[in-house]
Amino acid sequence: MPEALKKLLWPLAALGVLLLFNTAMNPAFFSITISDGRLTGSLVDVLDRATPVILLALGMTLVIATAGVDLSVGAVMAMAGSLAAMLLVDMQAHLSAVIVLTLGVCALAGLWNGVLVSIVGIQPIVATLILMVAGRGIAQLMTDGQIIPIDSSPGFAFLGGGTFLGLPFTITLAVSAVVLTIVVIRFTALGLFIESVGGNETASRYAGLSVRGVRLSVYTFTGLCAGLAGLIYASDITAADANYAGLYLELDAILAVVLGGTSLMGGRFYLAGSVVGALIIQTLNTTILMTEINGASVPVEYNLVIKALVVFVVCLLQSETVKQMIMRRRAVHD
Amino acid sequence: MTRLLTLACAVFTMTLVGCSESGSGDDTLTVGFSQVGAESGWRTAETESIRSEAEARGIELKFSDAQDKQENQIKALNTFIAQGVDAIILAPKVETGWEPVLKKAKKRGIPVILVDRGVEVEDESLYVTLIASDFIHEGEQAAKWLAEKTGGKANIAELQGTPAASAAIERKQGFEQEIAKHPGMKIIKSQTGDFTRSKGKEVMEAMLKGEGGDEINAVYAHNDDMALGAIQAIEEAGKKPGEDIIIVSIDGVRGAFEAMVAGKLNCTIECNPLLGPMAFDAVEKALAGEEQPKRIVVETTIYDQSIAADVIDSRKY
Repeated sequence: MPEALKKLLWPLAALGVLLLFNTAMNPAFFSITISDGRLTGSLVDVLDRATPVILLALGMTLVIATAGVDLSVGAVMAMAGSLAAMLLVDMQAHLSAVIVLTLGVCALAGLWNGVLVSIVGIQPIVATLILMVAGRGIAQLMTDGQIIPIDSSPGFAFLGGGTFLGLPFTITLAVSAVVLTIVVIRFTALGLFIESVGGNETASRYAGLSVRGVRLSVYTFTGLCAGLAGLIYASDITAADANYAGLYLELDAILAVVLGGTSLMGGRFYLAGSVVGALIIQTLNTTILMTEINGASVPVEYNLVIKALVVFVVCLLQSETVKQMIMRRRAVHD
Repeated sequence: MTRLLTLACAVFTMTLVGCSESGSGDDTLTVGFSQVGAESGWRTAETESIRSEAEARGIELKFSDAQDKQENQIKALNTFIAQGVDAIILAPKVETGWEPVLKKAKKRGIPVILVDRGVEVEDESLYVTLIASDFIHEGEQAAKWLAEKTGGKANIAELQGTPAASAAIERKQGFEQEIAKHPGMKIIKSQTGDFTRSKGKEVMEAMLKGEGGDEINAVYAHNDDMALGAIQAIEEAGKKPGEDIIIVSIDGVRGAFEAMVAGKLNCTIECNPLLGPMAFDAVEKALAGEEQPKRIVVETTIYDQSIAADVIDSRKY
């Protein structure tokens, strides 16, 4: 079995267990009906709701593969929503111009991170922390800290709420982004360059690789992904919420990458794994919301504890040391 | 070393002189107001109310925006004390950590009036009074309104605020106390929407699809933003918010009024942010040496669809 597939096994197994839990506890989880020419059901919701984190995780995987990290993605999401609101509501700009401009600005924000990391030489966690703090501030400045409703543009509402091919349009966006990224990264030498930079920077440089160029492009790409995620978030609630859009989602994105089997040390990376990681997180969220114990919802104080436990178990399963310990024990028993 | 000490003494004396000048110079009162920040329309309205009331009463207001940081507030309070203001109005960011600076204010005989949120201090005489809404009361009001609207029969989905936030705990408590009087009213689902629109939508979406989701015919949201998110989820599920499912929430933000005019939200309970007059009444009473209760409750107002259209234009926030 190729290594990438082997790596995918554990996250898929975890997702499977979560789904199995739902077959036992919430049969309603799997019901899918058609209303207004659109499939509706919790499974569809999971895919729909997971889209922002899937997009963030795509960029985050590549950044982490270069032994970096990007903490600013949540703040960039907030910037994207606020900027789009400003352009659409205050300036009545055309939708396509708004999307292009917003994504452009977010890509620039990503490039800024890349410059700080690869040219100025600041550690990634510190460099991106700057934008994490400043980005949300900028977003709040743009909206005066208020929630700005964006209800004048049906086209904008389509991004996060429209129906395409009988499914939420977000699913099309997520699938295209994932396929496009995998094709570009895996069917060119780009993926190899990224792994090489993360694996051994000095060796990469001696091999004639533009380490700086690789870093700049992965951070820019992450900014772009965060921008798209921010547009979807704002479109979903048809409002720009600078205070809460993307808040703490950088952590979900990093978690998705880790659950997917990519090491934070850099080097080898698994895009499909990160997507499964994002799906695990969202399935878990929806499961907690839907599960009832003795006819009552899960008490809210337990939400985070349950999440932490599941994440802990999945991480244990991923750990080589734990795997070896289990193997050794089995060998002794035999 | 001696030179340094002399310098310090000189600076100290100058500050003393400075404050005695501004404190007793003329008859106009000087009041310092330390605001948390400007994170919501509600807060902006509160600041505006205190500003305009100060102006109306001819009081000189020293305003400080702490940009959501307690250390900035403590700094501001220290500055106010050094300037020798006559009284201080404080909207504390958190409940703890105020003891030292409040003691300093008390030593100088400067009365402190708290607004919005209380502080945890061993000695209650460190502040004059707390002017704030009562979250439990808000929850009760919401439940009362809902009981009347539904004739005491409802299967309620509750969207809670952020776990452990006092607003969430007490709004839940007040609501539960009140619906316990109506055996036909049940909370059949309850989860947290973290006070945000997006989470409110996600939670409602999942609740409607879960076991017994079809039975939900009322929603109680701990704030308007979650209710606005829930409205979207209800519409996407093919139901009519405001008719098939009755929705009541708390806060009274502009978006809630728009939703009520559109017939999608039924009722919002508002804690009035325009507490400037009450705050300065308390200041003047404190300076006159009058006794005051330790807690002054800000009135809540119930707005439903019948009056939403009439008030929406007069809303300042």
